Amino acid sequence: MMTSIFQATIEFLKAFWAPLLCGVAIVAVLPLIVGYIVLVERKLMADMQARLGPMRVGPHGLLQPIADAVKLLTKEDIIPDNADKLVFWLAPVLSVGAALLSLAGLAIGPAFQIAQDINIGILFVVGVSALGIFGIVLGGWASNSHYSLMGALRSSAQLVSYETAAGMALVSALLFTGTLNIKSIVEAQNKEAIWFVMLAPVAFFTYLVASIAETNRAPFDLPEAESELVAGYMTEFSGFRWSLYFLAEYANMIVVASVATTLFLGGWLRPFAKFHELPGFHWLNFLDFVPALLMVAIGVYCLQRTPKQPTRVQQIFMLAVAGLCFVLGLVLLAPVVVPVAKPFYAGIHGGFWFIFKVSLYIYFFMWLRFTIPRYRFDQLMRLGWHFLIPLSIVNVLLVGVALIAGSYLNLHGWELLLVTTPAAIITLIVAFLILAMEKEHRARQDQAAASDFYAG
Amino acid sequence: MLDKALFYFFAGIAVVSAVLMVTRRNVVHSAIFLITALLATAGIFLQLRAEFLFIVQIILYVGGIMVLFVFVIMLVNLDVALQQIQFARQKWVALIVAVALAGQVGVMFWTSGKMPGQGLPVLTAAAAAKLPPNSETVARSLFESYLLPFEIASVLLLVAMIGAVVMAKKRA
Repeated sequence: MMTSIFQATIEFLKAFWAPLLCGVAIVAVLPLIVGYIVLVERKLMADMQARLGPMRVGPHGLLQPIADAVKLLTKEDIIPDNADKLVFWLAPVLSVGAALLSLAGLAIGPAFQIAQDINIGILFVVGVSALGIFGIVLGGWASNSHYSLMGALRSSAQLVSYETAAGMALVSALLFTGTLNIKSIVEAQNKEAIWFVMLAPVAFFTYLVASIAETNRAPFDLPEAESELVAGYMTEFSGFRWSLYFLAEYANMIVVASVATTLFLGGWLRPFAKFHELPGFHWLNFLDFVPALLMVAIGVYCLQRTPKQPTRVQQIFMLAVAGLCFVLGLVLLAPVVVPVAKPFYAGIHGGFWFIFKVSLYIYFFMWLRFTIPRYRFDQLMRLGWHFLIPLSIVNVLLVGVALIAGSYLNLHGWELLLVTTPAAIITLIVAFLILAMEKEHRARQDQAAASDFYAG
Repeated sequence: MLDKALFYFFAGIAVVSAVLMVTRRNVVHSAIFLITALLATAGIFLQLRAEFLFIVQIILYVGGIMVLFVFVIMLVNLDVALQQIQFARQKWVALIVAVALAGQVGVMFWTSGKMPGQGLPVLTAAAAAKLPPNSETVARSLFESYLLPFEIASVLLLVAMIGAVVMAKKRA
């Protein structure tokens, strides 16, 4: 018995040592990445409110995430007296586990994917990341506090409402590929030389809104609405457990951003990746130099800021950051210029463009957070059920019709826009009709309520 | 070997958590063990290379239905429910059903043991390379071989959904 278990373990390790190693690397590095995403968010918030943001730890607050991590790890871990201890302990782990597990299905560039070529690719990522909701719901329940329970209830209602709209949006993009495999989805966008965001703009919009709601981000952050519920489902959590919830939220953001990038924004493809094959468009290949140029620009900016740092240590740190940027620039430049490094082009540049697009998507999330005030809960539900779900169903229908028309007319690539654009326009008209109906309905309801009030 | 180990791993988890689900007094704990049992079953599907079933089990049962279960459990007043007698209402019916089920399973074991070329029904998976792509196969059988039943089922579901909405509406 023991030897057979041992054999099975050896067999397993032999077959899967590389993905396992990558998995461990991701789990180890992700907290650091999340820490820096938080730093970017705080800096952006400060910028929008005409402040400086974190400036003390490291030059321009560059070491703030590490200080925060140390603070969170050394904080006292409080478990409320009447809490359900086991569930309280389990819930944050569940949240993080689901988010990390769904990262395994993603393809960061053509070369780097942990769960290689799974047939159900995109469904795996979406389905497993949705399990994180149990962490929130059970955590809220186990805390034995009214605020936490309200947050948990809101969270599950919100997820169930918006999952449908997100799923429908994914369906209308998947109609173009006919496969769930992540690599094949990106390859299809390469073959057609067009990103699906052009072909299904309404679906992209629907997914954008639904993904904000699913990750509990502002303006839909009702499960933790601090003006109403203290901190929602994580009110009773402190220290490391709280930071696990935080980690899960940001990992989920990375997941939804990656799904949107893969399905709608061409995954790891460079903008205009196929255009160099057309006559007269060869000059678009200058985009190959953009990653390296971007890195060099950041490096030069760091060098320029170096003399302005107050202490010697900070100056050295700034120089080191500049050096890192230059090295990254060289790494990104090498596959374009040096013939020997050509085989690494797809892997390195694919990774760069993927991460670049994911960052832009997350950046957009942050913009929205600091721009739009929080929705009320009934507004959130009305938006989901009365607007997004009908809209996404109509969109799936019209995209399907457009695709059939396209196959009759034998259209490919950019020509598909001829049929999908009218479909998108009709969907928009339907959207306005829904909104008008909704407005009329609400006016009538308000009137009825008012007359009830005066009659009573 | 690896397949067998994985099968027993997931099957063990499924059985243990199913038993715990029935015996726990706390409803939320029961729900957690039901989730575990469903996830373990999904694991067995995956071990059998039925990836599509695996993810459908997770998305529908765990991610959809169980979220609603937990939602409803939290809405009802647990303190009142805990004081009521929860078990042992219909001992004899339960006993008969259990014996019948055990008999059925026993017959299945017995007959499958007698089939030529098959031992005990430990499910052995086909090699991954031999299988056609999973979700495509499911789609083909649904939309080519069984189109009519599929459509009837979806119309039925639609009717049920509209009926639920109509009944839930307070005022016409």
